[in-house]
Amino acid sequence: MADEKPLADQEERRQNLGMVLTMLAFAVSIAGAIGFLYVYWTNHDNGLMGASAAVALAGMGVGLVVWTHFLMRHEEAAAERPVLPSSPELREAFVEDFVAGQDQIGRRQVLGWATTGTLVVLGAGGLSLLRSLFGASPETVLKAPVWRRGDRLVTPEGRPVSVETLEPGSTITVFPEGRVGFVPGQTVLIRVQADLLRLPPERRQWAPQGNVAFSRLCTHAGCPVALYEATRHLLLCPCHQSTFNVLTGAQPTSGPAARALPQLPLYVDAHNHLRAAGDFTEPPGPGFWSLPS
Amino acid sequence: MINRPARWLDRRLGIAGFARRGLDHIFPDHWSFMLGEIAMASFAVLVMTGVYLAMFFNSSSAEVTYHGPYKALDGVKMSAAYFSTLNLSFSVPAGLLIRQIHHWAALVFIGAVLAHLFRVFFTAAYRSPREINWVIGVTLLVLAMAAGFVGYSLPDDLLSGTGLRIAYSIVLSIPIVGPRLAFVIFGGPVPSAVMIPRMYGLHVFVLPGLIVLLLGVHLAIVWRQTHTNYPGPGRSNRRIVGSRLWPTYSMKILGLFCLVFAALAALGGLVQANPIWIYGPYDPAAALPGAQPDWYLGWAEGALRLFPAFNLRIGHYLVPEVFFPGILFPLLLFGGLYLYPFVEPWFTQDRDEHHILKLPYEQPKRTALASAGIMMLLVLLLAGSGDVLAVLTHGSVIAIRTLFQILFFAAPVLTAAVVYWLCRRVQRRRGREHARAAAAGPVPSDGGGGN
Repeated sequence: MADEKPLADQEERRQNLGMVLTMLAFAVSIAGAIGFLYVYWTNHDNGLMGASAAVALAGMGVGLVVWTHFLMRHEEAAAERPVLPSSPELREAFVEDFVAGQDQIGRRQVLGWATTGTLVVLGAGGLSLLRSLFGASPETVLKAPVWRRGDRLVTPEGRPVSVETLEPGSTITVFPEGRVGFVPGQTVLIRVQADLLRLPPERRQWAPQGNVAFSRLCTHAGCPVALYEATRHLLLCPCHQSTFNVLTGAQPTSGPAARALPQLPLYVDAHNHLRAAGDFTEPPGPGFWSLPS
Repeated sequence: MINRPARWLDRRLGIAGFARRGLDHIFPDHWSFMLGEIAMASFAVLVMTGVYLAMFFNSSSAEVTYHGPYKALDGVKMSAAYFSTLNLSFSVPAGLLIRQIHHWAALVFIGAVLAHLFRVFFTAAYRSPREINWVIGVTLLVLAMAAGFVGYSLPDDLLSGTGLRIAYSIVLSIPIVGPRLAFVIFGGPVPSAVMIPRMYGLHVFVLPGLIVLLLGVHLAIVWRQTHTNYPGPGRSNRRIVGSRLWPTYSMKILGLFCLVFAALAALGGLVQANPIWIYGPYDPAAALPGAQPDWYLGWAEGALRLFPAFNLRIGHYLVPEVFFPGILFPLLLFGGLYLYPFVEPWFTQDRDEHHILKLPYEQPKRTALASAGIMMLLVLLLAGSGDVLAVLTHGSVIAIRTLFQILFFAAPVLTAAVVYWLCRRVQRRRGREHARAAAAGPVPSDGGGGN
């Protein structure tokens, strides 16, 4: 009983402390908000705005937490949890009412068929809207020809490329003439020492003086195969690090890509310019279900 | 003060009884229960900042030429979407702040959802009767990651364009329906003129709409079923212990919301997120070495990098290599997550109603399984930065990839074994402590209950 007075005192001190701390936190919050306003209306420096907003919000948050902790009664509340399953009688009554309604709806079977029919036709109409979403037929777009026989190879600036433009060991991005920037048409032209090439026999004629050209879209996930390591004759995709050996016709040598980069057959015209002797060996880019083998 | 509006409302709705019971609704206090609340607070910040950003963002792919305060890109041709994002970052007062808070809020949101999911797993909170909320929660995680990825794709910078192209390649790889599906989603091969408007529609209507809807159902179910309790005095399957909604819990949750918002404001102001002006506008012929997605898709990136060069020819048809790590693996992963609470009872034979949580050490098998899962995701996350690690360590990309391929199988198994052993050790020690305490004399009852 003797402790009663000091306990009350203690509680009062705690309450006072809570008041002071909460007010302090709110004061910090106000200062932060004023800071934010000032920065916003003057130089709107991003860092200062973020920091002052953070101070304003943190002051508010700390104030609320301190308030709850010091000034509100601490009592653990307890309650009964609800019994979730309903009584079997209630459930049965629900099922009965539902089935009774169902019977009213479904008494005439002919109407059931009519409803199904209507829904099917309506659904077909709604689904056909998807057609607008994909526009052209994927099959046509994905297998559309990219290079035509006779297309000149041009640089991104549109200049034609001659058989001597590249030094052995160097590389350049080329497009079909007149279609610079055409995504599936981006092609990597590499010149290697001709005697190093180990292309399959039917491709021997495709690389005049060691100029070989491949689709620049990775067969794995379609990133541009943008890096060339001249010492090992490897094309490297920066996205998932697949490598392709230029000497063997861009066969994959490491990494997740499983298919070679499509090759572009080349020939040299009367002006010594490089031209496509046909289309890529395969549609360029990532694989899909009906990609021809 | 509340008297008049309360009377006005109650005369029309008659809700005083319901509202009064609501004030007394009990929510248990524990730090681990705040993870879901942090997710909710981040989501609220996402909605607020997102609406603000939508006032400035232009989802068009039309080509424009930039002239503005960011001199490095002066005169560069770009899409109107990228242009408006630059404008928002450099010319709109506080635009960059709001954009960065939005990005950080997304990163924190998904992190908090994931942490919440692991908390639920480690404490076996998904058991009956909470399987529905587990399924909704996993769906919310999927939606959050999708919304994050699609939002990341909107500025049409070099990184986001690369990400979209990879996403397109993955959808394209699905047998039979892949090409059609990819065209429906992206409007043709990436880059297409309609892909940014499509992503915008998904990012501001479809995905947030679904998240709001499912979050509402998630909370309604928590309300109806009442929250779980950790074991302790007075807590049982029939009795819940915690704070009342009014006033204690309301004050706490408001305080927490302010603190989360404060942290996001500080991050948004002081820590750069997604500096799209450094990456430059999307150029389909360019690639950025060292590019990675935001952290929450790191596991998918890692899977794409680690899966071996394998594709399947079925007659004339092809199942491309990205199908396996990009579609099949996530399907198995999330399929497993969805089905877990329904499959587990086959093994445990436990189909009872549970409201008291388990502690991780009390259930070594579950804890070991979840730890193995976390370790697998961590290995994939690191493997997603394999090229950066190779540069940092002067190692070879191939050697690092091989190492991660081994770790993908070895690390989870090892983790499971170690965690299982640790749990059993703690169990044995607790068992001895209990025995000693029992021998020392009668202990005060802990309220029985439990499960």
